[in-house]
Amino acid sequence: MKKSGAEILVECLKREGVRHIFGYPGGVVLNIFDILYDDKDIRLILTRHEQGAVHAADGYARASGKVGVVLVTSGPGATNTVTGIATASMDSVPIVVLSGQVPTMLIGNDAFQEADIVGITRPCTKHNYLVKDTADLARVVREAFYIASTGRPGPVLIDLPKDVTGGTADFTWPKQVKIRGYNPTYHGNRWMIKQAANEIARAKRPVIMAGGGVIISGASKELRELAEYTETPVAMTLMGLGGFPGTHRLSLGMLGMHGTYWANMAVQHADLIVGIGVRFDDRVTGRIASFAPNARIIHIDIDPTSIRKNVRVDVPVVGDVKLVLRDLLQFLKEIKGQWTAVRASWLKEIGKWKKERPLGYRFDKEIIKPEFVVEKIYELTKGDAIITTEVGQNQMWTAQYYKFDKPRRLLTSGGLGTMGYGFPAAIGAQIACPDKMVIDIAGDGSIQMNIQELATAVVNKLPIKVAILNNQYLGMVRQWQELFYRERYSYSHLDVVPDFVKVAEAYGAVGLRATRPEEVEPVLREGLRVKDRPVFMDFIVDWKEKVYPMVPAGGAIDEMLFEEEEKKPKRRLRAVK
Amino acid sequence: MRHTISVLVENRFGVLARVAGLFSGRGFNIESLSVGETLDPQISLMTIVTSGDDQIIEQITKQLNKLIDVIKVVDFMEIEHVEREMILLKVAPKKEDRAEVLRLTEIFRGRVVDSGPTTYTVEITGDEKKINAFVELMKAYGIKEFVRTGKVAIAREGLKRKEGG
Repeated sequence: MKKSGAEILVECLKREGVRHIFGYPGGVVLNIFDILYDDKDIRLILTRHEQGAVHAADGYARASGKVGVVLVTSGPGATNTVTGIATASMDSVPIVVLSGQVPTMLIGNDAFQEADIVGITRPCTKHNYLVKDTADLARVVREAFYIASTGRPGPVLIDLPKDVTGGTADFTWPKQVKIRGYNPTYHGNRWMIKQAANEIARAKRPVIMAGGGVIISGASKELRELAEYTETPVAMTLMGLGGFPGTHRLSLGMLGMHGTYWANMAVQHADLIVGIGVRFDDRVTGRIASFAPNARIIHIDIDPTSIRKNVRVDVPVVGDVKLVLRDLLQFLKEIKGQWTAVRASWLKEIGKWKKERPLGYRFDKEIIKPEFVVEKIYELTKGDAIITTEVGQNQMWTAQYYKFDKPRRLLTSGGLGTMGYGFPAAIGAQIACPDKMVIDIAGDGSIQMNIQELATAVVNKLPIKVAILNNQYLGMVRQWQELFYRERYSYSHLDVVPDFVKVAEAYGAVGLRATRPEEVEPVLREGLRVKDRPVFMDFIVDWKEKVYPMVPAGGAIDEMLFEEEEKKPKRRLRAVK
Repeated sequence: MRHTISVLVENRFGVLARVAGLFSGRGFNIESLSVGETLDPQISLMTIVTSGDDQIIEQITKQLNKLIDVIKVVDFMEIEHVEREMILLKVAPKKEDRAEVLRLTEIFRGRVVDSGPTTYTVEITGDEKKINAFVELMKAYGIKEFVRTGKVAIAREGLKRKEGG
């Protein structure tokens, strides 16, 4: 039976199980929007900016594990998706972006609202397509969802010329996807996994480094079993938070640039690092030459290119984390080690580091400390909310002071570090999980990067909470300038910060403000009670507060700066990159 | 270390851009690149000459494999193989040197494919060393311009079987 391209597209989306699309209309996608107008199964959430749509789809995907879908028009609609696509690409988030394109006979003519979006997004998508024939549409959509969601997930873009969605073709749903150049490895090499088991059994001072791969693969249970069975402490990357319970006795919290002292010390003194679903990013390793100097390294990841990209690896295992960990546990159980006895002294040593330099800040009775706000949010939500963050100090304080016990509870732009991610991502998360509490922990700089999405949240009656840690500065930039650029605050003060309470109210949301520490809890309690619309909670915080501990860029991860040392004569700090 | 890598790809538009973009985006270098259709018209073969230490070459082959349109990557460093390149070289010798240029061409098993009142265009096929040697020799006679195809490579038959076993 012949169908129009737009009908085929929508039918394919339904067969892929799509219920929500985040999008924005425009000239060349009207064929598709016209079909969606009558559709009962698919709901389109109209954002106020295409970037917001992509971050929303990304948040939807991270919170639910399903593929997020975006629909935008050609030209500026498509180019506005680039930041969101790059964000999803860096953090391995499965999204499919459908972009309109000018009719095929106009491509290359610099037509109105034409952009070579396939060319532009080539380096930041897992794969992308330009569909030139309506007859190819069903196959391409099927492949796109398959590629986005399998292996190491990532964004896929499909460019749809207007005549392709307007044309007709016979509709056949391809039963199978077969792409000869794409065969992800799921089962790890058994021999390598056995080597890994032997390494773990031999190690006296092992540390597990768990990353986003644990969450994507759904391997939290297996990771916990591995850690508990072998009495191995677990340090997490930013993307790995929640992959292992943050309150677990074996959790070391986050490692890296703003990681805990004891996590970094453990890594630096370890004789074995077990990297699981990580890519040894520079924010985690610090100066690579000094990273874990005495450790052998096991690296488990589904993406072969992650292995030996940044660090030397002794035992590489390419495969899906969950499946590899299952095999690994099987081998370990055959070994029957005296785990508890062997590890006791190592865990004790780590405990000493923890006592030596605990995570903390100086509470103040007069001025709100941003860490205090995050702690209160943790307390009041009992650690069970979905938290999104923006990028900068707000993100690091959240990672430090909110203890994530479950996966898919922290949605943050780890790889690309995209300001303006958190609020639209919260919209996506709330659509995916309508019964969950969704909170965006933001800064006054970041929130202004996608503040227009307030309208989207209000229209859809989404009770998203936005806690703005308002210090009138681009705080992390200011922190670096204070520490490494002789306190020359070049363009990091925001001068005019809008009245966020009035902004919220102008959009029809709730606006609240706390200016003193004793107001924090009442404001949070009031905000968290709102059920039918978004809430902005404006916390006027100490602008001088910095994120500690901190490893200066280019330093080894045990060369950390601490707040206590601020009072002492300044150490000479090198500014590196 | 220089490596010759052959990359079997889907014969689709945009594939060359994907491969070239991967090299430029990640700071790998391409010394030469040649592309052509294979026996199966849906598949093209690229021969890329690149250089880097072991870690970089490992990344290059892994990153190439990661591209959806790439079907197979072979690094000829590990494989006995034959390499060839062709050059078209236009030389403008003095009148008294014209015979010598022809003799040299013959020695290199080349052919004159075009000849003008003051120039010869010579075609030479061979491995890189041979081509470089010929270019060096011709410099003395006044090279006007030349064009090289870039290297192509193919595995030797006996060792292909050994690899498969």
